[in-house]
Amino acid sequence: MMGRTIFIDPGRCIGCQACVSACRECDSHRGKSMIHLDYPDEGHSVASLPTVCMHCEDPVAPCAEVCPADAILVTADGVVQQADTTRCIGCANCVNACPFGVPKIDLQAKLQMKCNLCYDRTAYGLAPMCATVCPTGALFYGTLEELQAERPGVQVADSFTFGSTTVSTGVAMVVPADKVQWPVPGGLPVVEINGRDVR
Amino acid sequence: MTATDPNRALPLDPSLAPPGTRNFRDAGGIPADRWHADQNGETLVPTHCCFCGVQCGMYLRVDRGGKVFGVEPRNHDINRMRLCPKGINAYQQVNHPDRLTAPLMRRNRDEEFREVSWDEALDHTVAEIRRIQGEYGNDAFGLLGGASLYSEKTYLVGKFARVALKSRHVDYNGRLCMVSAAGANKLAFGIDRAGNPFSDILLTDCLLIAGSNVGECFPVMTQYLWGARDRGATLIVVDPRETAIARTADIHVALKPGTDSAFFNAVLHVVVAEGLTDEAYLAAHAAGWEEVKATVAAYPPARSAEICGVPAEQIVQVARMFAGADRAMAWHARGVEHHSQGVENCLSIINLCVAAGHIGRPGAGYGTITGQGNGQGGREHGQKSDLLPGGRSITNPEHRRQICEIWGIDEAELPPAGTSMMEMVWQMQRKEIRGLVGICNNPFVSLPNYATVKDGYDTLEFHAQFDFFLSETAANAHVVFPVTVWAEDEGVMANAEARVVKHNKAQEPPAGVRTDTWVICELARRLGAGDKFAFPDSRSVFEELRIASAGTVNDYYGITYERLEETGGIAWPCPSTEHPGTPRLFENGRTYHPDGKIHMQVVEWHPPMDPYSEEFPLSLTTGRTVAHFLSGNQTRRLGALVEQTPRPWVEVHPSHGFRNGDPVRVVTRRGSEVFPALVTEAIRPDTVFVPYHWPVPTAANALTIDALDPRSKIPEYKVCAARIEAAERIDEVPAPPTAPGHQAYPETQVSRTDPLPPTSPQGRGTAERS
Repeated sequence: MMGRTIFIDPGRCIGCQACVSACRECDSHRGKSMIHLDYPDEGHSVASLPTVCMHCEDPVAPCAEVCPADAILVTADGVVQQADTTRCIGCANCVNACPFGVPKIDLQAKLQMKCNLCYDRTAYGLAPMCATVCPTGALFYGTLEELQAERPGVQVADSFTFGSTTVSTGVAMVVPADKVQWPVPGGLPVVEINGRDVR
Repeated sequence: MTATDPNRALPLDPSLAPPGTRNFRDAGGIPADRWHADQNGETLVPTHCCFCGVQCGMYLRVDRGGKVFGVEPRNHDINRMRLCPKGINAYQQVNHPDRLTAPLMRRNRDEEFREVSWDEALDHTVAEIRRIQGEYGNDAFGLLGGASLYSEKTYLVGKFARVALKSRHVDYNGRLCMVSAAGANKLAFGIDRAGNPFSDILLTDCLLIAGSNVGECFPVMTQYLWGARDRGATLIVVDPRETAIARTADIHVALKPGTDSAFFNAVLHVVVAEGLTDEAYLAAHAAGWEEVKATVAAYPPARSAEICGVPAEQIVQVARMFAGADRAMAWHARGVEHHSQGVENCLSIINLCVAAGHIGRPGAGYGTITGQGNGQGGREHGQKSDLLPGGRSITNPEHRRQICEIWGIDEAELPPAGTSMMEMVWQMQRKEIRGLVGICNNPFVSLPNYATVKDGYDTLEFHAQFDFFLSETAANAHVVFPVTVWAEDEGVMANAEARVVKHNKAQEPPAGVRTDTWVICELARRLGAGDKFAFPDSRSVFEELRIASAGTVNDYYGITYERLEETGGIAWPCPSTEHPGTPRLFENGRTYHPDGKIHMQVVEWHPPMDPYSEEFPLSLTTGRTVAHFLSGNQTRRLGALVEQTPRPWVEVHPSHGFRNGDPVRVVTRRGSEVFPALVTEAIRPDTVFVPYHWPVPTAANALTIDALDPRSKIPEYKVCAARIEAAERIDEVPAPPTAPGHQAYPETQVSRTDPLPPTSPQGRGTAERS
């Protein structure tokens, strides 16, 4: 199945933002974090989850597909790189195209920035900075087999539906066992959370 | 597969490198592949985080010029590369623009500070010590140390007070941290430390976490918790708030603050009633069980359920889950310790562990989660008012004789026991203490009942502080000595497991900055005790500490710097250099009492000291956020952490009718302050919560009560009577004080004035913003 990648386990996230600080410290984005935390049921639950680039595989990275300047390159190992500084025109097409809300635009620099899976570290066999430090293992870097060896019975999903479109990703998410059969709803409409009607 | 399946490898077995980390070597040394070193000409210095009691291993990145400029995760077996946001940002304080680089002095508090030479600051301090002690006696001058100091320095603080200052008044801010647990452990087991290492959590079948917001206070410990859950362990969380780990617990007991021992007595009541006690273990190893059993008979679940405000069925469930497990562990923290019956709360948990036979086995035992980096080690070697090095009692004639022999002083010269940190403040108010040296502590934020603390310190005729940033307390002093941060000196700390770890020096201190060791020894020399303080560095202090602890329960004799670097940490007692250390206690069934028994103690619940009334019907409880550390003197200056959590707030239940961000005045019998409301279902309707890292006018500790536990003298931070009311405007967070000529560091000012609560701070969940 999938090779070494990030697995996100929202059930373990404690919202500490160590990943956010770590991303800020990594060499490829020094000073800027490419991660943000989402709070899926604000006001009712303390649940949180980190959002990193999902490194879409099929269709190939919507952000790259819509880039008019061909600035976003996808490497052979499936990593969707951040925009090439010599090509990016800061048009924000990628921001609008991404179904996960990941890329950011530095308006002053006219440059798109996003998670590149810490290419400077993963190329050396190290884990990305966020998954290295994550105190709880809500972000895990490795193979599915390594994840399942540590966490018996854990199930993951790597396809997400947005309306009628399904996106397969290089980054996977831990889901309840009965949810592996079909794509995880990646966008609205969500009609109920924890048995509560949120329409 | 059960948690106890012996065929399953430990998921977090320290000997197995986690994925993505195999290029790094283990505890000591530099990365095996010198990846960064080769790439950028930088070096990586292996050390540990300066903050909490987990003591995560980390590398500090040092550039060609010898300056610390970054952090790199380290595969130390405590944390296996993991770090929390405080650890990741800690390096930023090393070369922070707010660092103090010259001694500051003023003759009285109306004057501005001026930078002076070291000689002038030291001479003035010594002259004031001599004047005050000459006029009012030796005990009129006190010393307050800190639990963020290396153990060598805490040893020096205790020795300096008794030998150079000849004063009985020495204490430390660990008094505000885990002394209740220490007192309870000493009473029950004759030893003051956690019974098991963190890694035992991985082996347990049932984990009880009481009064600890592990996710925010000790984030890296959650990996052990999750490891246990992966193996099928159940989780019980006892906490008034639904914290991030409570959300996922099998049972979350949201009890009313200040009712812990009523709850644990009732749990033990059920354990007895259902025949879940380990009678064989109790008969062989425990004394006092019959008395404890008789006491808990008066705590049926229905009665405690009413006291604690929880369903009686939960008490029964907890009893069955904990006592019915093959191996169970209880870990607790300030939530049960910060009470006027903190020691008793801890004892009631110990009673439960012992009665169920969950002691001294892999995966079965107890532990306290230490807040401060060296909260454990800070008191072991004489910094606490009633302890001498090696945890010896200052009231024990034999212990006194031993230490006087090592120190080369006459027994009659060794002062008696002093008072606790809060009591010293009351003595300052009464002018019994007229001069004080404070070392790396910030009582203006960390002590309860701020008005009393300010009054006590203002009454002092002379006050000197050691620190590397100008803390709120230092800003009120007469003399401030600029000292090193943790990365500029070497030394050891003992973490929450009582594992001694070594911190290494990563850079030279800036010009004008001296080590705490140098300043203490220099003051001693000028006071005429130079021959007893001829310590050129930490290593020489540690050699004396080893000898001073030899043969005691807190035996460090077998621990050397070299061994610590090789092993990554050794748990005391370690009586010889061949001894491997003692990560797990009582494996042979013997405790450290002379009779080898566990001395179970009777606990009766009593209400908190601040009575509820119609005027003050709610409980105010306090705690931390993940981005800040204790008084915030360090973390409130680091941009990323300020941005993450710029200000305190008050957590209130939706039933009070406030909307998110509304100004809410929290009133107690000590005072009132206004915070933005953070409306959440994650807190009891009868309880409000304020995080405590900020100074007045946004200080939770302006509201908390200075009632003390009679045995441990820990303040009752975790509960006081309060009411809330709508207010007009929210109090703004003041900028941290800076030395003259320095502006507040702009990066930390960006979000500080935001009047709204942080959105969903640390995943706590908020209702919609208004």
